[in-house]
Amino acid sequence: MAEKVMVKGNEAMGEAAVRAGCRLYFGYPITPQSELTEYMSRRLPEVEGTFLQSESEVAAVNMIYGAASTGTRVMTSTSSPGFSLMQEGISYIAGAELPSVFINVVRGGPGLGDIQPAQSDYFQGTKGGGHGDYHLIVLAPSSVQEAVDLVQLAFDLADKYRNPVLVLADGMLGQMMEPVEFPEFRDLNTLPDHSSWAMQGCEGREPHKITSFDIDPINLEKMNLGYQKKYREIEANEVRYETEMIEDAEYLLVGYGTMARILGTVVKMARNEGIKVGLFRPITLWPFPYKELESAAEGKKALLTVEMSMGQMVEDVRLAINGKMHVDFYGRTGGVVPTPEEVLRELKKIVERSE
Amino acid sequence: MSENILIAAGFGGQGVMLLGQILATAAMYDNKHSTWLPSYGPEMRGGTANCTVVISDELIGSPVTDSPGELIIMNIPSLLKFEPALKEDGLLILNTSVVDRAPQRKDVEVVKIDANKIAEEIGNTKISNMVMLGAYLEKTGAVTVESVEKALRKKLTGKKAALIELNLKAIEAGMKLARK
Amino acid sequence: MAAKAIFKKPQSLSDKEFTYCPGCHHGIVHRLVAEVIDELGIQGKTLMVAPVGCSVFAYTFFDVDGTVAAHGRAPAVATGMKRAMPDKVVFTYQGDGDLAAIGTAEIIHAANRGEKITTIFINNAIYGMTGGQMAPTTLLGMKTTTSPYGREVDREGYPIHVSEVLKELSGVAYLERVAVSSPAEVRKAKQAIKKAFMTQIKGLGFSLVEVLSTCPTNWGLSPIEAINWLNENMKKEYPLGVFVDKVGELK
Repeated sequence: MAEKVMVKGNEAMGEAAVRAGCRLYFGYPITPQSELTEYMSRRLPEVEGTFLQSESEVAAVNMIYGAASTGTRVMTSTSSPGFSLMQEGISYIAGAELPSVFINVVRGGPGLGDIQPAQSDYFQGTKGGGHGDYHLIVLAPSSVQEAVDLVQLAFDLADKYRNPVLVLADGMLGQMMEPVEFPEFRDLNTLPDHSSWAMQGCEGREPHKITSFDIDPINLEKMNLGYQKKYREIEANEVRYETEMIEDAEYLLVGYGTMARILGTVVKMARNEGIKVGLFRPITLWPFPYKELESAAEGKKALLTVEMSMGQMVEDVRLAINGKMHVDFYGRTGGVVPTPEEVLRELKKIVERSE
Repeated sequence: MSENILIAAGFGGQGVMLLGQILATAAMYDNKHSTWLPSYGPEMRGGTANCTVVISDELIGSPVTDSPGELIIMNIPSLLKFEPALKEDGLLILNTSVVDRAPQRKDVEVVKIDANKIAEEIGNTKISNMVMLGAYLEKTGAVTVESVEKALRKKLTGKKAALIELNLKAIEAGMKLARK
Repeated sequence: MAAKAIFKKPQSLSDKEFTYCPGCHHGIVHRLVAEVIDELGIQGKTLMVAPVGCSVFAYTFFDVDGTVAAHGRAPAVATGMKRAMPDKVVFTYQGDGDLAAIGTAEIIHAANRGEKITTIFINNAIYGMTGGQMAPTTLLGMKTTTSPYGREVDREGYPIHVSEVLKELSGVAYLERVAVSSPAEVRKAKQAIKKAFMTQIKGLGFSLVEVLSTCPTNWGLSPIEAINWLNENMKKEYPLGVFVDKVGELK
């Protein structure tokens, strides 16, 4: 067993990427994820990798496009305003089907907002974000250890589906320290071979052309149908979620990321007071575990979704429940993190109403 | 199940962040679960800084709390901010070298430590945080002293390694004071 | 006696027919770039980044690995490629709307970093593909579909001199402004393009060749008139010449 180390979330995600075989990072400093950029700047040279601080997030995402089009593992990390700037490039990357990994350590918005933890970039991450019909695979870790594991998974999914993958964290996860066990270093020789499509020079073969572009509508539609076919496959194979004490539960809490671990504490506190409550935690936000949530909610008296936003994932929760029951929502925003005590009070109101 | 939820707070530069990190790391060496969550942002530069440390035998849910069981308070603004939130029968460790007023709460245990003075006697006012940590260890037994030492050795490397012995002395002095 | 081929399409150009208007200089410049790639023997290791604009299809006209960048971002895309594959030859092909307006930040910083890439910059003082709107390079007094009364300093400011700006950046290793309005100029332009690619191959830094080009369609002139207009007006605003040369004589 590997030794446990105490690491900050931001740095842990950087190390996880290095161990996943990522040797290329392009990014721009922004709070609360700058430790990740800084970490890569000192770590990548140690493993003969390349770190480049770009002139902007706009440039960074296009550097990702360039590097990814050569079939090389590559990543960037940023926080909300920076992720907004990257949307143009991400749309191109999704259209050109380039494997790449993005980490958004979300902070309060909109606009300049603040630098405290938030979950108000859910729509942006899961519903497209930029122009066109596309999806990122979106993974939401709730602990530093899970962030490490999901960063690794992110690279593998990106390669498997030739699709950009987003790890949606928040300022709390980026800043907090927790004991972590890192996986072994990936042997670079075992990384997927992308030579059948990537731009690596046309010596001895026909030139490869990579683009999100086709001026002919019929052809562009065909390209889009191709993306959609891939998305259906991802929906069928890659849904991930976790539940806690839902079997005998009368009430269900739904949350993701660090909010979900706070809800884990609420479950314990509530059960100590005799309230039978369970937790449903989507790990993939896209694809969202619609069916799994629908069956988890079956027979429950009420369902409470809690987010560090004014209600974004709750729309997917309502789609999953499809009108079969009332879905309550509680959220704090602007960087305010709901405490377990606060959520428990909300839960009790619902219990009172439902008894 | 044992669980400790601590908020350590003071001015930037008093070392409350390091105190919390050492504690959380020591918990890891004790094979416990732990989280360290800092306040971050502009206040880091000279204003008030605080961190929340949770130590538990079980997987930790929330790394944030409205009602800490323990407080380490290094300045007056932190006392005003966090004293009301402390749990009933909670523990309040106060650095009286800086905080020259008495806490209001009567339903909690207050431990007063003249941390700066003791630190100075040992040789460096900067280690007042470790005096406070010593008092905390004595009162709670949240982690073992051996693990704290291991965490210090892990954290203080290079030039800072020379300070390890001084830090350990400060912890010992804090423990002694809290024993009284 | 069997016929002897004395003029061939360069190997690095594909069989696809150009989509450019009659009299447009893109075709000439494409050919020059392809000839240089052939002569340097780098077709198999060249990666191309096309822009958004009339030359958006350029990645299909060259028989090398190619892609299209978002508008203005080609230097960033090329940076990513070159950093991932330092032994490849990476070039961008960009117009003045792409490079000098929306892509100003990307070109300045790629040049300043001394990014080991080559940029072919087509300056025709107008937006071509979108239908003749004002570019940052549009001359004063010039009428376009978004400066219908002629470009005025008070309203739109001055034409931007990209090469004169870039020459101040230490990362630039080769920089020349050329034209392709006469056979002699074409020969000179080819030499410049060759030197720019050599700059990259030798790892000296960033290289760029600015080519003054015609846009007969959007200028509303015949191809011949367009060349005359370029010679009389554009060369005054944008004098030809070598701005930076850290390569020296080619063998």
